[in-house]
Order: sequence, then structure tokens, then C-alpha cells
Amino acid sequence: MTPRRRRLYWVLGIIAGVGLATGLALQAFRQNVMEYLDPSMIAAGDVKPGRRFRLGGMVAHGSVDRVPGSLDVRFVVTDCIHSVPVTYDKVLPDLFHEDAGVVAHGRLDEHGTFVADEVLAKHDEKYMPPEVARSLKQQNACLQSVANAH
Amino acid sequence: MPIELAHFALILALMLAAAQAWFGLAGPALRNERWQATAPFAACGQFVFVALSVGLLIHAFIDNDFSVKYVAENSNSALPLFYRVTAMWGAHEGSMLLWILVLSLWTLALVSRLRTLPPSFGARAIGVLGIISFGFLLFTLLTSNPFTRLIPAVPDGNDLNPVLQDPAFAVHPPILYMGYVGFSVSFALACAAMIEGRRDQLWAHWIRPWAVMAWAFLSCGIALGSWWAYYELGWGGFWFWDPVENASFMPWLAGTALIHSLAVTDKRGLFKSWTLLLAVSAFSLSLLGTFLVRSGVLVSVHSFAADPTRGVFILAFLVVMIGGALVLYAWRAPLMKSAAGFDFISRESFLLFNNILLAIATAVVFGGTLAPLIADTLKLGTLSVGPPYFNPSFLVPAVPLLALVALGMHTRWKRGGLGTARRPVLIAFGVALVLGLALSLGVYMHPLPLTPVGAVVGCWIILAALIDPVARLLRRQRVPANVLGMSVAHIGLGIFALGITFVQSNTIERDIALKPGQSTQLGEYVFQYLGGGDVEGPNYEGYRGKVSVTRHGQTVATLFPEKRHYWVQGTVQTTAAIDPGLSRDLLASLGDDVGAGAWSLRVQYRPLIRFVWIGALIMAIGGTISVIGRRERSAVGERSTSQSAAENRA
Amino acid sequence: MTRFLLPLAFFALLLVVLVVGLKHAPDKSLIPSPLIGKSAPAFTLSSLFDPRESVSARDLGGRWSLVNVWGTWCVECRAEHPELLQIKQQGLVPIIGIDWKDNDDDAQAWLSQLGNPYDRVGADRDGRVAIDWGVYGAPETFLISPAGKVVHKKIGAMTADVWQREFLPLIQAATTR
Repeated sequence: MTPRRRRLYWVLGIIAGVGLATGLALQAFRQNVMEYLDPSMIAAGDVKPGRRFRLGGMVAHGSVDRVPGSLDVRFVVTDCIHSVPVTYDKVLPDLFHEDAGVVAHGRLDEHGTFVADEVLAKHDEKYMPPEVARSLKQQNACLQSVANAH
Repeated sequence: MPIELAHFALILALMLAAAQAWFGLAGPALRNERWQATAPFAACGQFVFVALSVGLLIHAFIDNDFSVKYVAENSNSALPLFYRVTAMWGAHEGSMLLWILVLSLWTLALVSRLRTLPPSFGARAIGVLGIISFGFLLFTLLTSNPFTRLIPAVPDGNDLNPVLQDPAFAVHPPILYMGYVGFSVSFALACAAMIEGRRDQLWAHWIRPWAVMAWAFLSCGIALGSWWAYYELGWGGFWFWDPVENASFMPWLAGTALIHSLAVTDKRGLFKSWTLLLAVSAFSLSLLGTFLVRSGVLVSVHSFAADPTRGVFILAFLVVMIGGALVLYAWRAPLMKSAAGFDFISRESFLLFNNILLAIATAVVFGGTLAPLIADTLKLGTLSVGPPYFNPSFLVPAVPLLALVALGMHTRWKRGGLGTARRPVLIAFGVALVLGLALSLGVYMHPLPLTPVGAVVGCWIILAALIDPVARLLRRQRVPANVLGMSVAHIGLGIFALGITFVQSNTIERDIALKPGQSTQLGEYVFQYLGGGDVEGPNYEGYRGKVSVTRHGQTVATLFPEKRHYWVQGTVQTTAAIDPGLSRDLLASLGDDVGAGAWSLRVQYRPLIRFVWIGALIMAIGGTISVIGRRERSAVGERSTSQSAAENRA
Repeated sequence: MTRFLLPLAFFALLLVVLVVGLKHAPDKSLIPSPLIGKSAPAFTLSSLFDPRESVSARDLGGRWSLVNVWGTWCVECRAEHPELLQIKQQGLVPIIGIDWKDNDDDAQAWLSQLGNPYDRVGADRDGRVAIDWGVYGAPETFLISPAGKVVHKKIGAMTADVWQREFLPLIQAATTR
């Protein structure tokens, strides 16, 4: 095999390899990257049921409802303009409580309930990008609008 | 002793760093031998004053000097002595000081080995390190001063976050920095080589031990961080692809490629531009990581208090260091090209694959880490990139890479082929095949598609790594340090691969609400909740549950998970109960009191998870062995590029 | 030949992203107060010194005033204390203190030891009022207009610099009109 031929195969091999890797990565990326939505965006109606996404907002006061003796819990996530009911059946993070920011991953079912498969509260040990700040902003905005309503 | 002395010492260190940079670079350039010889002394002086500064700050912590604002913010008189000391690097300002100390330590190490390098070359490397020190010292003095006073002083400081009062967490930054910052030495040496436009390959030989040592430290640091997260955070996770984790993983990937590429350049004079670029990249990724964590650009639980002005400074520093090095590269690398050939199935081509695959892996992590930032910047919406992206994408380069390791270790240089190693390698493969399939189908059942692959590859790597040392021992020959080191490191890699494979495919995790007496079954293990009671600690109150774990009717472990509420901080902490084991870990964590007398619990079975950290540790040990046992050539002797490898190097 | 320039080109591209990201960073880390421009939230707290007396939003009307959220447990509050005393000395604006999640005895001792810059201090023991005011951490200082609206907020210690550059101009601009 001449050096030139060998180099050609090298180049082709590398390009193929990089192309494959890029393609697979982009594929994984697109499928697994989640958008972030708040209750108002959901009310605006641009969510397809079945698509997994991140829901952020505040846990509405008095909305946490647990079936005694089981893990099933329901609560409402609100941005004080709109609300979304959420169901979850696993252990809730330590910092989860009412009137606090929360981010949940899951899907919307046909009835408009968000079925969460993961719930993160702010300053959870799992990574949270700028959504933390956004949830906090909403929390403040929320509390203000509640306070101003009195 | 007044803390202002520490401040003054740091300013002196800054001036000495400037001197170090000047004498180190201008000396050789202007052929001024006296200047050239001064650079190491400036470096020593810088170390003395940095150490003095750090010592005084630690002293302030030990003494509970709450008139120092940084001490008041990060310590408390009730803190045990050990944690008062480690609190010094607990926040941004102090951790910058630690960075600087570690950098000056590495510089000192280089100075101590200066006789192994030609004088002008060594001086230049010290000069480059001086520029880096200068930048960090300036940054700290201008934007992150830990020495400001609090007047009037507070009677006592803030309590340190209880989560941080942990031995592993406390020592993790210094070890991590030893790695992170350690790549500055290979960076500086590579810059020196580029400045000189050296056409030989000696520089690769000189850089090798420094790169390997930094790599070993970084491996330990990352493993330590992962282990800490596992037992401290309470939910069984040990790697989250968090930006801060990625920020230390990317230099590690580049560093791994670097140490392998250096082997090729050292041995055969090939891949020079690859190696130079990798040396620049490894440290650049460290600097980039520092930027990401401290500038507020990426928000993560790990990130220090975000301050954009600091971000601007670090960014400017990045431009100078990385931009400068890349300009050097664009200018000089074409000059330093190599021109030798090698066969298709040769050691060189395997290491080329190695380089390419590790580069792809670095790119995958890099892309995922920065994607949210890019998307936000370009107003493409809010993206979140997490394990669902990283895990599959990272496997794409990682699996082929691991599969090739066993072969790559034994292919011969230049001519290629496996030579006499062919039979042992094939036998090793056969045994690995049997073992791997037995493990994934027999011992740990219900495999995922990649599980047998991971198991076979892991076993193959371990067995193949044993071939060389065992063969030598059988022939009653000495096993040289570099051969032993390489084998041990690759064995560590194999162990790691086995751990990761089975923990990812065979972990059983379950959230369940249990009343006292109720139980749940995870594989062969039965977890029974036995109720619990309230507990009180010095600064917390909580609930402690009792969980017994049985296997085939025999009690294997009793776990006591806790839920703590810290009054002062107002935080809630879940303390997981872990029964560690070489072959598996059993975990139980408390959720909440869910009413009707039941508590929610998360119970987990994690097979071979300890292999992950043990494997990383063994990798680091392997690297260390090869550095310590290195036979030193005499310093300045030039070597012809065609000298054959008569030494017993693998 | 040009392939050696590729790394540099890539770095330049990366820089662009980082610079833009950095410029936006303050947006993310700043928690803006949605209170600005709105009426100060109503509240009623028992006075720190005499539980029978109360401190409420009614104390804020009619003139410029400051509301300062603090606690004895907060290091930065200690740092800003001298500045608050200075502001009190100037006599321009009264300061109403909200003692946040604190121990009454500790707070009283603190003030008698260091000096009391406050006209009145309410004890917000459970933190409810602080939530209403959107308090993120202590210390925080709010500037309230004579009409009872929140005009400005400072998160973190009050310094002479902040007072002169951020607060005074707002007060003076309004009073000269």
C-alpha cells in the first residue's frame, strides 16, 4: 500500500468516524435535550402531549396532597398567572416545599396533568442551569402578586 | 500576627512572579545567562512569599481571627481544628490562593529538576509559569482578596455548611488542584519547545513525567470528588455530568491523550504537532474550567458566588495564555513536523486512534457542557443537557477506545503486528470472553445490550495488561518501572470499565413507602423497614430509621438512614446509610413521613460500584510508578532521532 | 499549513460565545425585585423592644424612609452597621429595621452594644414578612418613597458609596422637584 493510499484511507476513516460520532451525538442531543416551560407557556398551548420537558415554577401554597401511606403525591406548580397540576410517585427532594421554586421533568397527559418522573428543588445536588434563577424570579413575582392582592 | 502581612507577602510574590517571567523569557532570548540563571531563584522566592501568605491565612483560621472578613464568613469557633484549616479553601478567595500555592509548588518541583533540562529551555518554561503565576496573583489581589478586615470584628463566624464538614470533601480541592494546575508544567514545557522551535523530540521525553504526575493527581481528585458525592448526597449518584465535574473531566481526557501522544513523540519523533496541541489543550481546558465555575456564566450548585467582573478578568487571562500558546502553535508547529512512516497495525496507529477517540470524547463533553450557554447566548431557547445526552454520546468514542486498549498495548512499534504477543493476547481474549459472558449472563443477569461488551472488554484489558509483567517474571527478568506502571494503570482502567459496566446496567433502585415491618425485594436482597425514632445532634434534630437487609434469609447488613434538620442553616439533609462491599453496595435513604405510619424510602443495590473508584486509584498508582522509577538520562546530551529503542521500554 | 491555525480559530469562536455569555450573566444572577415601583407590602410586626407595640407599613408613609432587613447571625449586617449609624446621624431618612429570623435577646444586646440606627424595629421571627418583601438574603435595604412605594433595593451590605451613588440621588431628585 503506497503511503498516499494509506493516508487517503486514514483521512476517509477519520472523516467517517467523526461524522458517525457527530451524527450519533446530535441524535442523542436532539432526543434528550429538554426545553424548559413554565405554566403560562403550557396554558398558551404549545406542548404536545407525550413530549418530555422541564416544568418550572413555584409550588402553590396548600397544594401538596399526599395519599397517606404511599409515595403518590399531587401538587400544583404555578407562576401565579397559570397553574399546572402535577403528580409524582417517588421520593421528593429535601428542599421541596410549598412556596418554593421547583423544577420537574416529565410529560403532560391528555387531561393536562403533568406526570413527573423527576423532581428537583432549588439547590439540589443535581445540575440546574439558569432555570434556578428563573424559578426564583417567578417565586418572587408570585409572592408579590399574592401579597399585592391583599 | 496581622493579616496585612499576608497581603503584603502576596504583593511581593506578585513582583517576584513578574521577575520570574521576565528573567525566564528575556534571559534566553537576549542570551543573557545571568538573567536566565536568576529565573529559578525568583521562582523560589515567589514560593516562599506565597507559602507565607497562605500560612498566615490558615493561622488566622486556627486562631479564630474573626476580624478577617474571609475567616468570619467561612469558619466558626465551634468548628473542629481540622475543618478550620480546610475552611481556608472553602470559598472563592481562599481557593484562588490555594491555586496559586499549588502552582508555585509545581514550579518549585520543576526548579528542583532543572538539571535534567538544557538551561535555556528550563528557564523559558519557568518564565511561562511565571506569567501564569503573575496572572493569578494579580487576579486574586485585584478581585478576590481574602485579607480584607471586618471592623468591628464579629464575635463568631458563620457556620460552615455541615455538608462540607467532611474529610473527603476537605482534601478534595488540594488533590484536584495538584492535577488541574499540574498540567501547567507540561504546558510551559511545550511552550518552551515551541519558542525554541526545536526540531528534535527530546522535549517530549522531558515533558512525560510531569504530564503523567499531573494526570495521576487529577485521576485521584476526580475519583475522590465522585466518591464524596456518592456517600454525602445520599441518593446513590456518583457522576452527574455537572459542569463543574465536566470542567475537571475534560482536562483529564486531554491529559490521557497527552501522555499517550508523548510516548509516541518520545519514542519515534512522530505526532509532534498533536502532542504540542494536546499539551496546550490540557491546561487550556483547566483554565477554561476555572472560568466557567467562577464567572457566573454557568449556574451550578458547585459554582462559587458568581461575579461577572471576575469573569471578565479570567477571560482576559484566557486570551493571553491560550491565545498566546495557540499563536505559538500556529507559528512553530509547521516547523517541527515529523516524517516517519508506520504500518497500519502498529503501535503508532493504535495511539493515533487513541488520540482521535479521546479528542472526540473531549468534544462530546465540551459540546454538552457549553450547549446551554451557547443556546442561551444565541437566544435559541433554554436548553438543559444532562445524562440522557452525555451517557449515550460519550459511549460512542469510549467503547471503541476501550476495545482497542488490549490490542494497542501489545502491537509493536513501526513494523506493526503483535509479534510474539499474538498468542497470549488471543488467549487473553478467549478467557476474557468466557469470564465476561459468565459475569454478564450468569452472575449479574438481565444484561443490557452493552453489558457483555463492557464485561469482556474490561476483563480483556486486565488480562492483556498482565501479559508483559508476568512473562518477564517467568523469565526471571526485572520488570522495569515503566512497564510495570503501564500495566498497573491499564489494569486500573479495566477494573474501572468493569465497575461502570455493571453499575450502569445492573443497579436496582426503588422508591417505596413502607410501614414498620414491611419489606421490599431487590434482586436477591430483602430490605425490611423496622421503624425508627427521633434523634438529636449538636446542631440538628432528626429521625433515624432502621432497615435490615437479608439475603437468602441471612442478615447481611443493618442500615440506619437519617433525616436531619439543621436549625441554624435551616436546611434538611438526608444521610444515606450505605453497606459497602467490593462486589456490591447496599443503600437506604429516608424520604418523608408519608402518613399512616409509613415512611418513604429509597433503597438501592449497586453492583461493583467500588470498582469505579478503586480502578481510578489504581490508574493513578500506575502512573506514579512509571514516574518514580524513571531512569534519568543525563541532562543536556542531544540524541539523534534515529536512535533505536534499546532500552526495555514497552 | 492552515490546519495549524484551526485551533486558534476555534478558540476565537469560543471566546465570542463566552464574552456574550458573560455579558448576559448579570441577568441570570441578579434576582430583580418585582417590588420596584409598587407599593411597599403591608405588614405588622411586634416591636423588638416592646411586644405590646407594633411596627407596620403605616410607619412608612409621608416621607422618605429606609427599611433594613438584618439579623445578629449575619456577618455582612455587622459590616454595614457603622454605615447605618452614619445614615441615622445625618437625619435625612429614618430607618425601620426588620429583625429577620432572630433571637430577641441577642438582637437587643447587639443593638445596645453597637448602637441602634433604627427608629423602630420589628421582629420577624418566622420570616413571613421577609418572604412578602421578596428578601433573598440579609442584609437588604429598601428605599420607600413618601407615597409608600418601593423605589430602590440594595442586596448586601450598605456602604457609603452605595448610599451616595444609589440612594441619595433618588431622594434628592424627588425633593428638588
